[in-house]
Amino acid sequence: MSAMKKVLSTVAVAATMAAAGTAANAEDMRIALVVKALGIGFFEAAAKGAEEAAAELGDTEIIYTGPTDTTAEGQIEVINSLIAQGVDAIAISANDPDALVPSLKKAMQRGITVISWDSGVAEEGRQMHLNPSSTELIGNTILKLAADHMPDGGDVAILSASATATNQNAWIEAAKAVLPNYPGVNLVSTVYGDDLSDKSYREAQGLMATYPDLKAIIAPTTVGILASCQAVTDEGKIGQVNVTGLGLPSEMAGCVGSGATTSFAIWNPIDLGYAATYIAHELAAGNAVAEAGASIPMGRIGDVMLDDTNSGAMSDPFTYDASNIEDFKSIF
Amino acid sequence: MSTTSHHVPDRLQSSLQRRLKSWESLLLVVAVAIFLANSFASPYFLNAWNLSDATFNFTEKAMIAFAMALLIISGEIDLSVASIIALASTAMGAAVQFGADTPTLVAVGLGVGLLAGAFNGFLVTGLGLPSIVVTIGTMSLFRGIAYIVLGDQAYRGYPESFAFFGQGYVWWVISFEFVLFAIVAVIYGVVLHKTNFGRAIFAIGNNPTGALFSGIRVSRVKFILFLLTGLMAGVAAICLTSRLGSTRPSIAVGWELEVVTMVVLGGVNILGGSGSIPGVVIAAFVMGLVTFGLGLLNVPGIVMSIVIGALLISVIALPRLWSYWRRG
Repeated sequence: MSAMKKVLSTVAVAATMAAAGTAANAEDMRIALVVKALGIGFFEAAAKGAEEAAAELGDTEIIYTGPTDTTAEGQIEVINSLIAQGVDAIAISANDPDALVPSLKKAMQRGITVISWDSGVAEEGRQMHLNPSSTELIGNTILKLAADHMPDGGDVAILSASATATNQNAWIEAAKAVLPNYPGVNLVSTVYGDDLSDKSYREAQGLMATYPDLKAIIAPTTVGILASCQAVTDEGKIGQVNVTGLGLPSEMAGCVGSGATTSFAIWNPIDLGYAATYIAHELAAGNAVAEAGASIPMGRIGDVMLDDTNSGAMSDPFTYDASNIEDFKSIF
Repeated sequence: MSTTSHHVPDRLQSSLQRRLKSWESLLLVVAVAIFLANSFASPYFLNAWNLSDATFNFTEKAMIAFAMALLIISGEIDLSVASIIALASTAMGAAVQFGADTPTLVAVGLGVGLLAGAFNGFLVTGLGLPSIVVTIGTMSLFRGIAYIVLGDQAYRGYPESFAFFGQGYVWWVISFEFVLFAIVAVIYGVVLHKTNFGRAIFAIGNNPTGALFSGIRVSRVKFILFLLTGLMAGVAAICLTSRLGSTRPSIAVGWELEVVTMVVLGGVNILGGSGSIPGVVIAAFVMGLVTFGLGLLNVPGIVMSIVIGALLISVIALPRLWSYWRRG
């Protein structure tokens, strides 16, 4: 009997705490930034951006969380616990576009704002999706990075991943489409290194042998850009051939240091976390509505326009060069 | 010596029996302590819907754990269960593409589970290979098939009615999965503790040669246990696939270790010969409550793994230390 009483009083105390807890938190908006897995530099940087947005918005608490390994089941457990906590918004980079839909639907049914960023969720499982950039913006950026450092024009070549890589092919098409905007820039060849270091290296060597006047190699792949940089360095062509494209600051720091690469681009994870948090806040606060054609503010970054699948692109890829590589190389 | 001679004894020695009995009570104390700690630590814990959501963290794994407990008590193990889930789920996804309805999908899921279990059972009992080696092999084999079929693609489009198994509620907050978990627990509890078949499992685990000479068909019993484990992996595949609403080859990755952890935490001797289903039931609740409680506090997943590991070691070590200390 007394044991029963004890349990009951415990329950009562806990219930009182629950009431007090919710009351204390009522003013703060709680936004959960759910990532593919904890302990990944890219996402740690995104969390930094989320904190920055929260500080700017005020009265906002960031719950940075995710599973131990990149599984959909792990993210579902995380989502369940966030639903239980009654957070105001969930901004998720998904491990699986489909498997998360039922639990995210449940979250939305219980009044939680759900958006995806970086890696998307199928349309019915989120209110909107924030892409780090768009095909057009990436295509233009990689060409511009090369053109900016060749004022007199000249030959450029593209070293891509595999010939069937959907992402890379779309970016290359977009780059070709804006080629007329860069007079004097002559695209001589597109070769494929299959995202293998040694094959990419040989292809880059081949490009330099075939086109002695080559001014730039554009590699829209993190493997290709690094291999090209090594090939240019080994051939002693630093200063003659500029390597650019999409790369990771941690891997590219050496190339920027040696001068083989003047600048390269990739999305900025800090901005991405910042923008996702800002959007989640605006939607949860009712300051914006996620619908086709809507424009949602992202603070210092600008506005995002939603297309008819309720997804939007954040911005141009962020450019990294000697001035900022030191800050980013330890992040991702 | 034995006070329980009027019914079939579950254990061979009464001292062992006492130790195991205290194991379950110890686990129960741990479970209650975790429940109370959670209630104090998070204001969101004591909520019917939240607790109901929390059960999904362990029901599917626990259903496999019951069959696994029997298998481990008999001295064998099956590390391919998570891969059987992947294979069964892939087969169900493929069936959907041919327009299969919900009953057909269930049949496919259970059928593939049984077939995979039979394959394991044949290699172990028919060819006399060690089960740990066989099932490490089939772990790669079964998931490998799923990867060959699906690659980086996913199967979707499961019928609306199929969602009931993983997302449906029988009454208020009581989910279908939880009811199934309870029914399966009772069935396995009765089979292990109240039937001749259950006695045979304990006998085989303690002394396979002795069991053989006392007329127990050791190979047949073990084969049936592999079948049952495969079947339960099929059941889990149906529930999980229904809950996710889609199939990818990476489904349920790493679950085999969580299932084995649940079984060992439940007091089943990893070397075979002893253990109980009530122990596994409590262990399932303990693991579910710990992960959910820590989740509510937004504790990173890696810390949860550390807590589960520490819990496993301390629950196993405590009774030993206790008896060591009492003996002086």
